[in-house]
Amino acid sequence: MSRIAAKFAALKAEGRGALVTYLQGFDPDRETSLALLRGLPEAGADLLEVGVPFTDPMADGPSIQRAAQRALKVGATLPGVLELVRAFRAGDGTTPVILMGYYNPILAYGVDRFCTDAAAAGVDGLIVVDVPPEEAGEIEPQARAAGLDLIRLVAPTTDDARLPRVLAATSGFVYYVSITGITGTRSATAASLEEAVPRIRKHTDLPIAIGFGIRTPQQAGEAARLADGAVVGTALVDTLAASLDEEGRARPETVGLVLEQVRALAGAVRGR
Amino acid sequence: MNKPLPNSYRQGPDSQGRFGQFGGRFVAETLMPLILEVEQAYEAAKRDPSFDAEWRRLLTHYVGRPSPLWFAERLTAHLRANSAREDLGAKVYFKRDELNHTGAHKINAVLGQILLAKRMGKTRIIAETGAGQHGVATATVCALFDLPCTVFMGATDVERQQPNVFRMKLLGAEVMPVTSGAATLKDAMNEALRYWVANVEDTYYCIGTVAGPHPYPVMVRDFQSVIGEEAKQQMMAAEGRLPDSLVAAIGGGSNAMGLFYPFLDDADVRMYGVEAAGHGVETEQHAASLTKGRPGVLHGNRTYLLQDAHGQITEAHSISAGLDYPGVGPEHSWLHELGRVQYVSATDDEALAAFQLCSKLEGIIPALEPAHALAHVIRMAPQLPRDEIVLMNLCGRGDKDIFTVAKHLGVEM
Ligand SMILES: Cc1ncc(COP(=O)(O)O)c(C=O)c1O
Repeated sequence: MSRIAAKFAALKAEGRGALVTYLQGFDPDRETSLALLRGLPEAGADLLEVGVPFTDPMADGPSIQRAAQRALKVGATLPGVLELVRAFRAGDGTTPVILMGYYNPILAYGVDRFCTDAAAAGVDGLIVVDVPPEEAGEIEPQARAAGLDLIRLVAPTTDDARLPRVLAATSGFVYYVSITGITGTRSATAASLEEAVPRIRKHTDLPIAIGFGIRTPQQAGEAARLADGAVVGTALVDTLAASLDEEGRARPETVGLVLEQVRALAGAVRGR
Repeated sequence: MNKPLPNSYRQGPDSQGRFGQFGGRFVAETLMPLILEVEQAYEAAKRDPSFDAEWRRLLTHYVGRPSPLWFAERLTAHLRANSAREDLGAKVYFKRDELNHTGAHKINAVLGQILLAKRMGKTRIIAETGAGQHGVATATVCALFDLPCTVFMGATDVERQQPNVFRMKLLGAEVMPVTSGAATLKDAMNEALRYWVANVEDTYYCIGTVAGPHPYPVMVRDFQSVIGEEAKQQMMAAEGRLPDSLVAAIGGGSNAMGLFYPFLDDADVRMYGVEAAGHGVETEQHAASLTKGRPGVLHGNRTYLLQDAHGQITEAHSISAGLDYPGVGPEHSWLHELGRVQYVSATDDEALAAFQLCSKLEGIIPALEPAHALAHVIRMAPQLPRDEIVLMNLCGRGDKDIFTVAKHLGVEM
């Protein structure tokens, strides 16, 4: 069983949903980023999304755009992010790691080689924002051959006619983008989520994680109960950004502040 | 019947929006259903004669089409005088799309797209703009159809294209300066896409060039092809034959596709797309995606891009805001790899020189974008036989650029 499937199965047995965290790799530098990754599981994160910095993050709001700029400024690259995951994996054999990003850096790396190297580095799944099911042929065969899950986004605009097609192209879990919009801008209403999750469930047995717009422990707790997981990204990136010095460098308290927030989110997801 | 010609360059794109390996639909899931809706609506509109009739009525009575075909006699004489031999110095014609209402070719495709948006029941229009010509064209048509309009424009371009910013505001559009990245056209397009994702219900994104996800490259090309179709007829009337060479500037590539497309299967017609070489293609400061880039994926399609070894997009540079883009429409990437079109480049300085020469010799102040095309004509025509014909797309007028040019020439205004 893949790490992702194993994690969701274990959480199901525990009777709770997952806390999925998103941070951009190399934000604000490699060492801080690695310290964060290492601290996240203990702070209560169940699955880790690592954003791959890209100059033109089409689906991201200002916070994550700035995170990408900070990471690129310290020399982040896709090979660098793979190395970061390898370093994390050396000390953690079970927490699933998902790379989230855009297609062009993968294309520049070489799709075949990237999938092989990512799996070898300890990556479990990929979210490639700008490769919809219509373009699946670009990366699906290679990801499958390497044993990587290809996690697809389902949006409020994905109607019932289209849903089966998107879900058929998905493995690992389904990422429900709860708003029509970019990351970090607004939040979905509980009512819209209560309608959306059963609509997706009708078409799939895969776990469903809700993302985009989840900021508070309360929202995370609700989403994790309603679906199978809650993804928190921008709220963590904002905490990280607020902790930096004027030059955008980490301060001694940066890692601790982010992990403290993760603990609060994890508590809510665990119903505490 | 209807069997594709084996050697036609006019068959693309396929049903996936691909021109060979280029093009496609690389967008986030939130946008995908909408992209499919635009495609369906466009296919239906194409089959509806009333859609075409309304578009053509507007082109005739609002835009002022057909635009004239002009024999640039003084320029031709000047270039002949500069040629090495008596029998050299081709005849130069301009396709005068700078005479269109709003001053550039952009309005051809804007009218088509806004008519489509209305058919789709969209009530709000967004656009990206570089030089501001596409923004002005979109704001204009939105005024005509009483639609609210928001134009995304890089803050750098807002600065260097002030007259167009004011025009857009006069026309009732909202101009949103974009400060991310280098704050130019690429960033404006990112921001427009982000806004669209958040407003899919009521908003139509009117893209200004032959780029973006399918069906935009084919749709904008189809609308702009009115340029080449007219030029073909006009050239037959004027000279009784087709031109030997076509020349057009390449930003995203819409004016060039519009001129080239109707001629693609005329094997004897050579074609030159002129990219912006900025400070020189050997420097880091240029916008020559086909000359110096590699295939990649940005803004919804696979195409040649300026990027580093790790797939990060690099900033383009050109004196011309309309050419200052690190990508190019996917059909151009395909034509480049097939060798059907030759892609060359012209520097900021060459464009400035052409800008001034055209003003003095023809009494036409060109936009800085076609000034790049003209720079190539100035290089090429004196080398060609005297009985050859070069047709250049003079796709925009230079009113918007006089401040930029004055600054470069050290003139206080
Ligand atoms: C006059 C003019 N020509 C050319 C361009 C470049 O666009 P394209 O290559 O799509 O024609 C622009 C863009 O703003 C323009 O204003």
